[in-house]
Amino acid sequence: MTNALEIYQLLPKTNCKQCGKATCMAFAAALLSREVVVDDCPPLKEDKFKENYEKLSEIITPAGEASESGMIVHTEKCIGCGNCVVACPVNVAEDPYGAGSGNAPTSDNVILRVEDGVVRLSNVSQCRRFGKNKILCNGCIVTCPTKAIEFV
Amino acid sequence: MENEYYVCTGCGLLCDDIEVELEDGKVSKVNNACLKGVARLKECNRPAECRIDGAPASLEDAIIEAARILKEADSPVLFGMGNSTSQAQKNAIEVAKRTGAYFDDTSSFCQGPVVEAILENKIRTCTLDEVKDKADVIVYWGADPSNSHPRHLSKYTYFPRGKERQRGWEEDRTAICIDVRKSDTATICGDKFYQIPPQADEELLNALANGLSGKVPKVSFGMGPKKILELANMLKKAEFGVICVGLGLVYSLEEIEPLVRLMDKLNEVSNFHLIPMVGQYNMRGSNHNLHEETGYINRVKFTGNDVEHGAHCSVVELLRARTVDAALIIGSDPMSSLPGSIAKELLDISVITIDPCNTLTSRKAKVSIPAATAGSECGGTAVRMDGVEVEFKAMTETDRMCDAEILERIMGEL
Ligand code: SF4
Ligand code: SF4
Repeated sequence: MTNALEIYQLLPKTNCKQCGKATCMAFAAALLSREVVVDDCPPLKEDKFKENYEKLSEIITPAGEASESGMIVHTEKCIGCGNCVVACPVNVAEDPYGAGSGNAPTSDNVILRVEDGVVRLSNVSQCRRFGKNKILCNGCIVTCPTKAIEFV
Repeated sequence: MENEYYVCTGCGLLCDDIEVELEDGKVSKVNNACLKGVARLKECNRPAECRIDGAPASLEDAIIEAARILKEADSPVLFGMGNSTSQAQKNAIEVAKRTGAYFDDTSSFCQGPVVEAILENKIRTCTLDEVKDKADVIVYWGADPSNSHPRHLSKYTYFPRGKERQRGWEEDRTAICIDVRKSDTATICGDKFYQIPPQADEELLNALANGLSGKVPKVSFGMGPKKILELANMLKKAEFGVICVGLGLVYSLEEIEPLVRLMDKLNEVSNFHLIPMVGQYNMRGSNHNLHEETGYINRVKFTGNDVEHGAHCSVVELLRARTVDAALIIGSDPMSSLPGSIAKELLDISVITIDPCNTLTSRKAKVSIPAATAGSECGGTAVRMDGVEVEFKAMTETDRMCDAEILERIMGEL
């Protein structure tokens, strides 16, 4: 799994602030949490960073695969056990007697649910790893028996 | 939200919160069930065909032929049952009585001994709903529900909030796994995984009982007394404990006594229950139904009003000793599941299958009768792994007959 430091290594490391962040490290963290996209760093598009740009584009969400919060579900690994559905704190808060109690979700506000035997994401912007007050929640990762969920 | 919930018949957990979408009268989408359940509830890839001696036949003829085989057989056996509704099982018992047949189910080489001990009140048990509301210590012994019963931890035991367990799994519950290998379930249990060598279960059962009695627990493999005492103490401190017994433990025990002794000891110093991890959706129902009728849970022979019981009546022994000359197999595929040397004996006798899907056994059978899939195409009742009776209704309509009805028709021809 990628961390902010790895991303930082691939950035220009000049702290030019053209991206609107104070430092390249801050931009790396923002990239990790999907607050910004690779293209938001203008110098990266220069020729000398071509290789880094390509690498970064590769490790940061191949478009469409990851949700905005950086959450990727490897659907081919998921067995639909529902551990993540009941462990997710947002699911518990939104739907304590449905998803939070191990049963079928009864609210449209849940993030994780199982459809046709495989987990499906919705409302990802509510994920605790996303947005301003983000925390490093890992409820769905540690409870998954097949390691089908990953954050990039 | 207005929801209609169905029951999944994919395994002995009988999850009761399944939502389905239909298209052209068929189940097109199954929500909330695990992958295993989805596979069961959507139509099988190869539905069984109605055949006599390999040639297509009408249902009517197949039923008459099946009855003829059973009637003319000297020593028939009825086998399977784990994937049948309780009504079908009761009808099968009637057929066995009428034909003086042997009757056995897959529990004779699965959870049979444990269910028997529970039915005879030798082991304390509880329901999964109680586990969800109360359990703080959950032990999986020789079981890997992440593969066998995928929703076991999420629906009942470890992860859900329950009445007296409101703070979530991290704070409120401890899940322990004892197994010979680091299974997916063991991974979830993290540092509460206790690895033992194969066949060492009995030793650890005894060591734990000793530890709970204040003796120094010793085993011959590399697990020190300190580690065993740490485990014993976790069990002792439980407010409401449950041991979920998997086949790994059942297979390694020659007899069930060491497990009964540990449960007794645990209930002197703590509060413990046991639930067998029954595989097929109504295996436990078959045990209950036969027990009600005969006092035995499996492996019987009906002769007139008498019932004979014993290891020699198990399907494995019957085939090995070539005691039987015909078999009626319901919702089971012994050609694939029994050891090859025993399964091949089925090729030499007249086999009748009643199954929704085309299986190895149904392909080799003399008579193959297609049945509706219980759970999706026909309703009924079944007994969940914890002994709770669950009623279920059909999701779709079908022109295939339910196994209960087929057996009733065979009975009518006898
Ligand atoms: S915990 Fe993993 S395997 Fe289970 S439903 Fe979630 S992603 Fe799928
Ligand atoms: S755990 Fe068993 S009963 Fe529940 S959805 Fe999966 S297969 Fe069906």
